[in-house]
Amino acid sequence: MCVGRASRTHAWNETPPVSYPPISHPALRAALALVLLLAVGDCARPARAESKAESKAKMQSLDEQVQDIKSDVLGIATQLDRLEERLLYPSNTEVAVFVSVAEGETFRLDSVQIQIDGEAVARHIYSFKELEALQKGGVQRLYTGNIQTGDHRLDVHVAGKSGASDVNASQTFGFRKEAGPKLVGITLAGGGSSIELGGW
Amino acid sequence: MATAGPSLALAAAVLLAAHAAAARDLRDLYFGEALYYAYQERYFDALERLDTEIAQHYGVDEPKLDSLQFHIGRAEFSVGDFELDYRMHQRAGRAIRAVLEANVEDPVRNEAAFRLARILFQKEQPRDALQALARIHGEIPEAIRDDLEFLRANVYLALGQPGDAVPVLQGLQGSKSLQGFAQYNLGIALLQQGKTAEAVAQLGRAGEVSGDDAPLLAIRDKSNLVLGTLFFEDSAFGSAQSTLDRVRLQGPFSNQALLRAGWADASAQRFERALVPWSLLAERDPTDAAVQEALLALPYAYSKQGVHGRAALLYGRAVEAYAHELEKIDASLRSIREGEFLKDLVREEIRQDKDWVIRLRSLEGAPETFYLASLMASHDFQTALQNYLDLEDLRKRLVSWQRSLEAFEELVSLRRHYYEPLLPQVDAEFRKLDAQMRLRLEQREHLDRRLQHLLVDPRPELLATSDEQQASARIGALESALEGRSDEEAAALRARTGRLKGLLRWDLETHYHERLTQAHRHLAELNQQIDALNQRYQSFVRTRQAATHSYVGYEEPIRRLRAHVVAAQERLGVLMEAQGRVLESVANEELKLRRERLEAYQNQARFAFADSYDRAAKAQAQAQ
Repeated sequence: MCVGRASRTHAWNETPPVSYPPISHPALRAALALVLLLAVGDCARPARAESKAESKAKMQSLDEQVQDIKSDVLGIATQLDRLEERLLYPSNTEVAVFVSVAEGETFRLDSVQIQIDGEAVARHIYSFKELEALQKGGVQRLYTGNIQTGDHRLDVHVAGKSGASDVNASQTFGFRKEAGPKLVGITLAGGGSSIELGGW
Repeated sequence: MATAGPSLALAAAVLLAAHAAAARDLRDLYFGEALYYAYQERYFDALERLDTEIAQHYGVDEPKLDSLQFHIGRAEFSVGDFELDYRMHQRAGRAIRAVLEANVEDPVRNEAAFRLARILFQKEQPRDALQALARIHGEIPEAIRDDLEFLRANVYLALGQPGDAVPVLQGLQGSKSLQGFAQYNLGIALLQQGKTAEAVAQLGRAGEVSGDDAPLLAIRDKSNLVLGTLFFEDSAFGSAQSTLDRVRLQGPFSNQALLRAGWADASAQRFERALVPWSLLAERDPTDAAVQEALLALPYAYSKQGVHGRAALLYGRAVEAYAHELEKIDASLRSIREGEFLKDLVREEIRQDKDWVIRLRSLEGAPETFYLASLMASHDFQTALQNYLDLEDLRKRLVSWQRSLEAFEELVSLRRHYYEPLLPQVDAEFRKLDAQMRLRLEQREHLDRRLQHLLVDPRPELLATSDEQQASARIGALESALEGRSDEEAAALRARTGRLKGLLRWDLETHYHERLTQAHRHLAELNQQIDALNQRYQSFVRTRQAATHSYVGYEEPIRRLRAHVVAAQERLGVLMEAQGRVLESVANEELKLRRERLEAYQNQARFAFADSYDRAAKAQAQAQ
């Protein structure tokens, strides 16, 4: 019955519970003898206890196999990532645009739209979970694509709500693409009204 | 953690600095992207991103110059965290053990030992967890101090050593982050130690902790539920009743509390008061075990008050309700046999909802899921279900990757067909241009060397204009023609050519410095042109290489990856089947138990219905 608590969440019921004696009124106990017999059946019948132990061992073995395959699939994912990047986004033309939210910002971000050299390349509408992840400090990769080396223009449009008022902010930035991959970071601040270009 | 052992020492060495870095000090966008996924509990994506990023970090020539270097310690530990969250205990454990075995500072080793102990505790290996905790000595990072002690207390409790847990938990009573949890667990430790009076007082404190976040409210309810039960078992029914009343009506322990509150009143022979919680409970979701018991307890209270007619009616209603629930359980059991259960568990529209387990109860045409919420109370079922859902997620990914690989192959083929006929012609033209360019570059080098030489060995004639060079050549020719002549005319002509030569030399000598400066200026201008030419040249070379790289060298990696995907799919299919069978078997067992209990309730209700009916009829006859 003791409770455990993971460090990041109050997941106190994750700990295997120490069972507390079940409560039933004495008047019902006789009538529910069968129920109670079933409830304590694990202790009363050794054969069943043995099969329970077997089942536990089987589940543990399965759990380990599941972990193994997760590891294998993660390995495939990593290789696939590299292949995809090499094939679709060679470093001499690769450009990636990332979005983050400044610390302490609580405005509701609805969508971000970006254009590169006047062409709309990405638009994202945010779910509550995604917004929360941004507010906690996560960074979203909004766009990955290819452009030529040289100077380019980036237009960012943000829509959302800050308090009771709507937020609609736009900003234009210039950036230069050199021979290596270009990472562009956009930080949203000032209740969504301020859009800043990060120096990555 | 996916990286090799040697990297761990480095990672550990910078861990403290990295930990100090808040999320907002982010220098590596891809690490931020991994966090973005992790904060959404998309741990596979987070691990995929971070594994790739860390592998690339250690693959670059100078990792110290890489942007991930600033976060590398935190990134390494985050991988371990994500692995734990993704239920990959083995990998997380291995990575943490590697840190423990490395030569690292106390805070780093202690944090690693804490994480390892937490994994072992979660895997129900408390003795090993205690051994891991025993490795902790020296400085402990402040951020984990309370959690570490709380874990230690829980390990003692799991080992049946409440006497060791009590002082540890007493030391945590002031911890803000553990408010409620430390109080409750201390109460339980005292209870296990046999100090009932102290346990009761402690649980009373735990049941009154202030705060309004959901976990705290739940632990408060749990404390009051346990305390109320203790009072009940001690026949202190009044205290039991008032304590159970403190449990919220809408919380996760509400049904249990209402049931026990009713029993507390009934045990004190206050049957009219027991009717209140039981009536409330009897109207709730009938798949809940407490509600099912209340369906029987409510008419029992009426019969005890001598209201046999009402009792008979409610017993009759209970019989019907149990029959209905038995039908649902039978439908669930049948659906499980027919394989529908697993199909419903992976229905996408259900999994999009965070309360999906609750929603499954009302899923149309899926009776097999009615009792899922109650099945979730079983730890084995939860583990099996989570594994099954993870495997389903992996299955979908593998199917999608297989399609991606096919698309990649097509892309490579298209590029090959486009470039292969073009490139030989482009290369031929490029070679001509390349030869011309090299010639011009050599000429420029020659000029540069000559100008450098003029600085130490001035030779004005080398800076002569083309007119001057022609004039000089003509004078030279005249001088040659006059050679060997000794007449007067020749002498006069020699004098004239001598003057012309002098004039030419005068110009060359007097304008020498000006011309040298001008020559250097022209060379600098030429250098600019050469730089621009070089840039264009390099750009062309890169584009040319990119053209080849866009389709050459992909067949083997794609073939290898496809083989891996197919092999993983085969293994996954076998595993999913086995995991599905376990899930069905656990669900089957649990449902059968519920069925047997319901049958027992139904039998009891039938007997009680007949008895109450007889009594009601007798009472009516007596009244007449």
